[in-house]
Amino acid sequence: MEKVHSPKLYWTNCLWLMLLLALTWGLGYVNFGLFNLPIALAISFTKTILIALFFMHIKGSSRLLHLAAVTGLLWLFLMLLLTLGDYYSRGWVSMPKY
Amino acid sequence: MSEAAADSLLAEQFDTIEQQRSAAMLGMWIFLATEVLFFGGLFLSYTVYRYLYPSVFAAASRHTEVILGGANTAILLFSSTLMALGVRAAQLGRRKHLVWLLLGTALFGIIFMGVKGFEYYKDYTEHVFPGPTFQWHEGNPAAAELFFWLYYAMTGLHAIHVTVGISLMLILALLAWRGRFENGNYMPVEVAGLYWHFVDIVWVFLFPLLYLAGHR
Repeated sequence: MEKVHSPKLYWTNCLWLMLLLALTWGLGYVNFGLFNLPIALAISFTKTILIALFFMHIKGSSRLLHLAAVTGLLWLFLMLLLTLGDYYSRGWVSMPKY
Repeated sequence: MSEAAADSLLAEQFDTIEQQRSAAMLGMWIFLATEVLFFGGLFLSYTVYRYLYPSVFAAASRHTEVILGGANTAILLFSSTLMALGVRAAQLGRRKHLVWLLLGTALFGIIFMGVKGFEYYKDYTEHVFPGPTFQWHEGNPAAAELFFWLYYAMTGLHAIHVTVGISLMLILALLAWRGRFENGNYMPVEVAGLYWHFVDIVWVFLFPLLYLAGHR
């Protein structure tokens, strides 16, 4: 049987997720120019890691599940990278300017 | 778990209960990987058009209700916490706890849908629902309409997933109440939990991309 964690772990994780939400929300009102998007996405990735590790029990699960979880992200990045690389090299989209 | 209880839960194609459990978990994670790509196509379209029309996307994004969107993020994160506690209750065989936690998860999902529905209604009355009634007076209306098409496609697909999740939670709550997940048979709850957390993660990305594109 899988390890049973204490409720404290889940509530602590919940607290961190709420703090990160407050951070994204607050930073949404500050003008960082080009950096608003990367900062917001970095916070979203941090939240994803917290949810996957502790709520979805990736921490403590088998290597096989780690691989399956990473696979989804890997294919997503390949799709984004290759498509955007194509658009960019054809000059259909340019680097953002604000 | 007793030897007999474990045997009764074991499907014939598996040797051990642990093997059966890891097969179910792997199946769900593979399904979630396909879901990442399902949503990924929309995220890709969003990225391309945001780079094509950055200022219109920023202006259109300012039109969304950031307070409702942010509150909905908190609602989903909280429901995920209840779900994780529900899986724990199922692991420990606490039937009443499990039923309440599943109902709580579903309740917060329903509140999320209510808030989302209110936002959709507000968009409709303000003529930013894409289609013949769409009106936009701050620059390129075609590009703004594109933003709202993507907004509706992404939040709509997500809302369908939340609806499926709520139905799953209600069915599981009923089964849990009938004692289906006692004797160590908590796998269905755990697998449904993975799905619910995934739906939460999608929203964690939708919130900044749709509501906070371009600072406010």
